[in-house]
Parts: sequence; structure tokens; C-alpha cells
Amino acid sequence: MSVLLDHADLSLKYTAHYNEVKDDLFNGSSDILNAKRNKAFQDFVAQGIPTRKSENYKYTNLHPSFTPEFQFLHAKQEKETDAEEVFRCDVPNLNTNLAFLLNGWFKQDKDFDLPEGVVFGSLDVISKEKPELLKAYGTLAETNEDPMVALNTAFAKDGFVLYVPKGVVVENPIQIINILQNDVDSYSTQRNFIYIEEGAKAQVLLCDHTLNQNHYLTNSVTEIFVGDNAEMEFYTLQNQHNKATNLNSVFVKQGRDSRATTHTATLHGGLIRNNLQFILDGENAEANMFGMAFMDRKQHVDNFTQVIHAKPHCLSNQLYKNVMDDQSSGAFSGRIHVVRDAQKTNAFQRNNNILLTDEATMQTKPQLIIDADDVKCSHGATVGQIDEEALFYLRARGIDANKARLMMMNAFTHEVVNEIKLEPLRDRIDELVDKRLKGELARCHDCDYQCDC
Amino acid sequence: MLKIKDLYVSVEGMEILKGINLEVKPGEIHAIMGPNGSGKSTLASVLAGKEEYEVTSGEVIYEGEDLLDESPEDRAKKGLFLSFQYPVEIPGVPMVNFLKSALNEHRKYNGEKELTAGEFLKLMREKMDLVDMHPNLTNRSVNEGFSGGEKKKNEIFQMALLEPKLAILDETDSGLDIDALKTVANGVNALRSPERSAIVVTHYQRLLDYIVPDFVHILYKGKIVKTAGKELALELEEKGYDWIKTEIAG
Repeated sequence: MSVLLDHADLSLKYTAHYNEVKDDLFNGSSDILNAKRNKAFQDFVAQGIPTRKSENYKYTNLHPSFTPEFQFLHAKQEKETDAEEVFRCDVPNLNTNLAFLLNGWFKQDKDFDLPEGVVFGSLDVISKEKPELLKAYGTLAETNEDPMVALNTAFAKDGFVLYVPKGVVVENPIQIINILQNDVDSYSTQRNFIYIEEGAKAQVLLCDHTLNQNHYLTNSVTEIFVGDNAEMEFYTLQNQHNKATNLNSVFVKQGRDSRATTHTATLHGGLIRNNLQFILDGENAEANMFGMAFMDRKQHVDNFTQVIHAKPHCLSNQLYKNVMDDQSSGAFSGRIHVVRDAQKTNAFQRNNNILLTDEATMQTKPQLIIDADDVKCSHGATVGQIDEEALFYLRARGIDANKARLMMMNAFTHEVVNEIKLEPLRDRIDELVDKRLKGELARCHDCDYQCDC
Repeated sequence: MLKIKDLYVSVEGMEILKGINLEVKPGEIHAIMGPNGSGKSTLASVLAGKEEYEVTSGEVIYEGEDLLDESPEDRAKKGLFLSFQYPVEIPGVPMVNFLKSALNEHRKYNGEKELTAGEFLKLMREKMDLVDMHPNLTNRSVNEGFSGGEKKKNEIFQMALLEPKLAILDETDSGLDIDALKTVANGVNALRSPERSAIVVTHYQRLLDYIVPDFVHILYKGKIVKTAGKELALELEEKGYDWIKTEIAG
């Protein structure tokens, strides 16, 4: 049997599953979620699970990730969260409004300290109780462009919603710890929605974790609306294990004079695909996209960004850095699209990579589509090794080879770490990166450094 | 302290050093001079442990032990210091972290207690004064954005901090104005003692006005062709290298 047939079978399996659980998906869900479901499913059927023939998934083979016999976690999870895990995600000296997504389902242990009018809670609940806040649901994440987004929309039951009314500043960051915990191989869906009204401000910190050694596939979609003159920082810390696949799509739409920053730190994970789309839909908007990944073994990371400059006088800035060890593989594809009349656009993009071994690979593909004539765009990509001259310089001062390499790798990613504006988080990530590079950060929680999971 | 015996070194198949013999005793300062391409920097780099240089024969004994088997970091911790001809810029590695790590590695090796951040900063300021380094420079990354002169001063500053037994200065004087040259020389002289030695690799006699050597060697086409006292440097300054070439040819 050819791989292609296999693949078609795989898509069929998901199609069959949808039909099987359709009633469960619709029952108990809000009209808002249900309204998108069937169309999304049709869009998935039309596209199927992407193969590497699809231009957008050229560097990532999803086939093995979809192969396990998953249990689909479409129903609410009532399991207890492990207190130790909370501790792992703890950022010392940072007061946050903390909630969990347990296999994609919203869970809150403590009360939030939020300003008047701010809504933070479960998508399932809020889409029923306050549907007026979710009018824009599904308007950014188009289901006919990415089958994974389509599948997410078809399966969506829960996730988190954050709504910040006009002019409100949320002082304490919102923190969501996303935990995968089940006894068998599992597929989970999470759907998140963030709406920051005009002149409002919020910071969100998302922390991805896996608790036990099963195969996991998470398909998450987050839509973020940043109003005129509003400000949004969105941090994602990905720390899963080698059997976890993380398909993570984030869509951001910005209004006039707004500022939005995403920062994605990938420390561990079997296969990670980060889709990130920004639409700069108002003049003088500023978008910053930062990312760094530390991969080893056969881990794979694929950062796929698209920035659409839809209005004049906007600024976008992308900086992605990867450190690739062992046989790990990675890809960065960054598309900048400056539409007609989006004059005086400034768009910058940089992707730097270090390969620590001959077997590690990295694909990097910048793509500029410029339909305006008065713009400033730049892109740059490098794939290289550690600077041997610099390494020798450090060693010649008595610093041993391992430590010197570590200093160099830290130095390489420090530029990205430095862009984290929340200082306690920056310190914490600095520490995690350092541990990661030293190999001290457990690759998975229940097994030691040597295990193969 | 250091004994180099019949040392042959190749880089990418090309023989650069062709039988070097040199002995440096405690307290001595040796100057190595010679025209471009004679192998001066190769000698300095081989002693510091740079890997792309292949020692094809000969030996180097440092404090009674075979030096060539040692890693660069162990050589450094045993008191050998190379002042680089072209100090490398290392963006992202803060000077202070770098210096503190280096010093504490030395201290650990010598069985001394590691310095706390406070103790280290105090010592660092002291040593910076010695070479007249601008305090702002230690807030930067290693050598990043330093001028040529600042880079060289930074080498001597590191030397002052690490207090090596054998310092090898690879053209530390090149590109320096006279004031910077004096500062660098003062830094070196401040470290002079009956136990410490130095090998000063230079093109110009100028530096040797301030760091007075016990011996001057002329390296030419991979061999030491002449050894004499400090007066040899003056002679070279006056006559250039041609007379040496003629003398050898003759």
C-alpha cells in the first residue's frame, strides 16, 4: 500500500470519527460554536490531513502524529491537576490570574483578581452566557485555508476566553497552564478567544505541559483581537515530551495604533507546528513576533508565520532563533504580505539557527509579497555552527569546552529572551533555557534524561 | 618553566614551524621578532592549544609536563595566558560573566574559594584601573564594539585578573598609539616577578622600550635564526630584516 493511500485513509478515519461523535459535539455546546461546526468539517474533508505536498506543510510530516489510535477528549475533564505541575509552571515574583486547561477543558482553582468588566473563563460557558462577547468567533481563523484549523473548529468544545473592555488595563498577567493528562494516547482540542477593546491592555502567558508518557496530539487555535490603541503581549512556553504533537495556530488582528507581541519559547516537544498570522488592519499598528526553540533527538519544530500589512504606516518585526541538536529538524517559513496602498510599511524578519551536529537540519524560507511601492522590508536567515574562534577564546581563559559552548548558546538566544518584557518571566525563561541547554531540564517528567520518550 | 624542543607544526598540510627550540626560565622575558609570515603567531597559538594546528614532531614541556596533551582550558588554568592578536567579539556573552567564570575556574583549579559577586566586582575594578579601562566596557558583551585599542587593553586587563605564570603576548602592541602602548606595557610590568615569565611576540622594537626583554629571538621561515640580548631589537629597528635574510642566505 502506498503512503498516499495510507494518508487518505487517515483523513477518512477522522471524517468517520466526526460523524460518529457529531451529536456529542453539538449537544451541550453553544450556538456560536455549533454554527461553525459543519462548514468547518466540510472544509476539513475537502482538504484532508496535510501532506508534504501541501506548500504550507512542506517541511512537516504530520502523518506519524495522526497515526496513533487516539482517545478523543471531547467531554469535560474532571481530573485533579497535579499540584507539582503548577509549581513547575510557577514564575516566582509574578502574580498571575491562574487557570488551567486540562486536556483542553477550562478549570479554575482560585478566584481571579481582575478589574471590573474583564471576563476570563471557559469558552464553553461564556459562549452560552455572554454570546455578545464572541461575535467575532471564527472570523480570523479561516477554516478553508488550513485543514488543521478546520478540524479544530469542527471539534471545538472548550478553551479559554479573555475579554478586556475599553480602556481597562489588566495589571496582573493572565496565566493558563495547559495540561495533557490521560491514561491512553489522546487527541485534544482547545479553542481560545481573546478580545482586547480599544485602549485596553493585557498580558497572557500560556504554558504547555504533558503529564504522562502517552502520545498526545493537541490541536489548538487562538484568535486574538487587539483594538485601536490597545496593547497585548502573548507568551507561550512549550515544554512537552517527545511523543507529543502540538499544532498551535494563533491569529492576531490589530487595529489602529495598537501594539501586539507574541513570544514563543519552545523547550521540548516531539513535533511542534506554530502557525502565526498577524493582520495589521489599522494605521500605525506595531506587531512583534519572537520565537526560540531548542530541539534535540528527533524533535521537530516548524514556525510558520504570515504577516499581512493591510494598512499604511505599520511596523512588523520578526525574530526567530533555533538551536538544533542531535537529529532534530526544524523549519521557519515567514511570509510578509504588504497589500496595495499599505504605503510606508516597515517589515523586518530575521531567522538565525545553530546546528550543533551534522545530522540536525534546518529549512528556512522567507517570502515577501509586496504590492505597495513605498515600503521598507528586510529579511535575513542564517544557518551555522557555533563560532569556533569564540569558543577557543573562552577556553583559552580557562572555561571548559562544555561550559563555553553553553555560554555561546545562551548568548545566541539571549537576544530573544531579552525581548520578554515581563521581568520575572524573563528571569524564569532565562533559567529554563540555561537548564535546557545543560540537559538538566527533565525531558519528560516521569523518566530520567536517558529515556526515549 | 617552558621548554620547546625541535617543534614542527603544520596547518592544513603546510609546514609553518620547522624545528623551534626555546627555553624560558622563571622571571625571564623573551621577545620574538620576525617578518610577516615567519610563524610568530602560529607559535603563540600552538602554545595556547588552538586545534587546527598540527604538531608533527617535537615537544613542549611546561612546568615539567607535556603541554601539548592538555586542553586549552587546562593550559590556561595551569597559568598559561595568550593575549590574542585579534581578540574575538562574542555578542551576548556579558564581560562580567565571562571574567567571573574564567577567574573562578582558575580559583577552583588552584583549590581556592570561588569569589562572590561582590568580591569579584571589587577585584575587577582594581584591575581595570591598572590598564585604565573605561568602566562602561565591562557592561558590554565580550569585546563587542570595542575599538582596536580597547580590545588590546582588555587582553591585558584579563591577564592582570588571571595572574598567569607565563604570558604570551601576540602582537599586543600592533595598532596601539603611544599612550595605549605605555598603558599596556605598564600592565605587563606590574605583573613582573621572579616567578612569572612572558613571551612577547612583536613586529616593532617600540614595545621593547617599555617591556625590556632578557632575550630577543628572530623567527624566520619557521626557525629561530638568531638569539641575542635586548640590543638585537635595536639593531633590527635600524637595519630591518634584510640583513638577517642575507646573513642566512650567506
